[in-house]
Amino acid sequence: MSTFPLRRGKNGAIADNAFRGLVFLFAALVPLILLAYLFELGSHSIPSINAFGLSFVFGSQWNPPREIFQVLPEILGTLVSSLIAIAIGVPISLGVAVFLSEMAPRGPREIIGAVVELLAAVPSIVFGFWGLVILVPQVVRPVEGFLQATLGFIPLFQHAASGYDLFAGGVILAIMIIPYVAAVSRDAMLTVPRSQLEAAYALGGTKSEVIRMSVFGYARSGIIAGVFLGFGRAIGETMAVTLVIGNSLQFAPSLFAPAQTLASLIANNYGETIGSVPVAALIEVGLVLLGLSLLANFGARLILRRFVKRGAQML
Amino acid sequence: MITRRGILDKVWLGLAVAAVVAALAPLASIIYYVTVRGISAISWNFLTHNFNQVGNNGGIGNALEGTFLVVALASAIGIPIGLLVGVYVSEYGTGRSADVVRFLSDVLVGIPSIVTGILVYSAVVISFPTPYNGYTAFAAGLALGLMEIPIIANTTSESLKLVPNSLREASAALGVRKWRTILLMMANSLGGIMTGILLATSRVAGETAPLLLTALGSTQSFQGWFNSVETMTLFIFQNGTSGTPNLVEQAWGASFVLLITVLGINIAIKMVTRRRIVFV
Repeated sequence: MSTFPLRRGKNGAIADNAFRGLVFLFAALVPLILLAYLFELGSHSIPSINAFGLSFVFGSQWNPPREIFQVLPEILGTLVSSLIAIAIGVPISLGVAVFLSEMAPRGPREIIGAVVELLAAVPSIVFGFWGLVILVPQVVRPVEGFLQATLGFIPLFQHAASGYDLFAGGVILAIMIIPYVAAVSRDAMLTVPRSQLEAAYALGGTKSEVIRMSVFGYARSGIIAGVFLGFGRAIGETMAVTLVIGNSLQFAPSLFAPAQTLASLIANNYGETIGSVPVAALIEVGLVLLGLSLLANFGARLILRRFVKRGAQML
Repeated sequence: MITRRGILDKVWLGLAVAAVVAALAPLASIIYYVTVRGISAISWNFLTHNFNQVGNNGGIGNALEGTFLVVALASAIGIPIGLLVGVYVSEYGTGRSADVVRFLSDVLVGIPSIVTGILVYSAVVISFPTPYNGYTAFAAGLALGLMEIPIIANTTSESLKLVPNSLREASAALGVRKWRTILLMMANSLGGIMTGILLATSRVAGETAPLLLTALGSTQSFQGWFNSVETMTLFIFQNGTSGTPNLVEQAWGASFVLLITVLGINIAIKMVTRRRIVFV
């Protein structure tokens, strides 16, 4: 009998079981890591939870010298800057996705698609540094000046516009979520059956009508999932936002007021937090952020799963 | 013939093109400024000398070294675990359990990096004091390693799923043990698996937020795994926000080195494999 080298040896069964055991052990790490996030952050937040209770998320004072830690302004800053990012970034992403899936000829489609994806590879600190030195002085500040000159009577636009504010944070986040939202939306649009497109064209639809009715209609839930994913990215993004949002501990109801997010609050306190309650408060900020991001992520994933189950091939 | 519907079509096309321009303009601007301002800071001296606050001849030597070592540790943690999780999802998981692991792995990909930083800060930095208050290169590598796991797991399972089942069946029919069959399947999809590893590595090399809470930064060369450490991204953050023109220029130089490395890896992968380089 030939001795094929891959054939079972004497210890084949043992090796098989050992490998299997190893694989299962490491697979079990995935749920354990997720639990570790919740348990570690939860248990190390206890001194802060005991000290502040619900006022941690409903109060507005962050005062380290007096050891009072409340993060409502940061929660609002996180949500509003991410909503600005969605408001600016999603239309652009949808335009990119429509262009790539329905309009562009094959050659440019691949190149432009690749370059948009590259946006996701730029390190967040490079975005932030560029935002700090280039984007805010050269683009955000002039735009804010123009908006104030024309729409300054609206309270939303009233505040001394330094350029380093909620609006700047939203703009940089918008740029950063584009590759994600565009990728998921494009996938969703590519799942639209050809027959459906052809039927719409056969009925005399123009390109824009087909896109509006057939493509957006069919891909709607995939697009919504992409928006959720983009939102999840935006609320957790740290360095780029920290460098342009102005880092104020107050939240003012104006686009042009400096603000802060949960992530930038953590980043601004790095390396200098000492003492039981301050450290616990910093960790609880992380816990709140984890909760928000899990909500956005679970939402997005559940929608995507339903979409996949419907028979569409994506991701 | 000019019709209202025909014009509408042109408007839609115009809007889509405008969106593409709006998406690409920031990337072009970033590459332009990082190159123009960064390249003048680059010299052999800059690449090899350690940070120097006062003199003009400081550089990113210790930052390059720190990033290299921290990312190496992250990969030592992330690659084996990620590979085996990927193998589980594709080769062992039966229906629901594989689905759940894949779902949770997707969720892990979406956890903000600063939260991973807080996790390691809470579990390691404040729990095991060292001369630098617990901030260590080890903690930094661990945080980045945690981020690599789900990325590598997902890219590995996706690559393995592309191997045709007939190959698995052929291997089993020859009497090859399952574990060896799986190694063969991994060898068969080596390109895809290596691509995933490279993407994960280049992604964490550009991370800053978790390092603030673990590595802290340093002006010195690597002092061992249980001391604080400098990285490229921390160098950019600290010097870029310093307000000192000399140091800001060095931050541009460091940005240039980091950006061409990361973009270079991603462009190479895209050109060779045409696979998706955005993780969603």
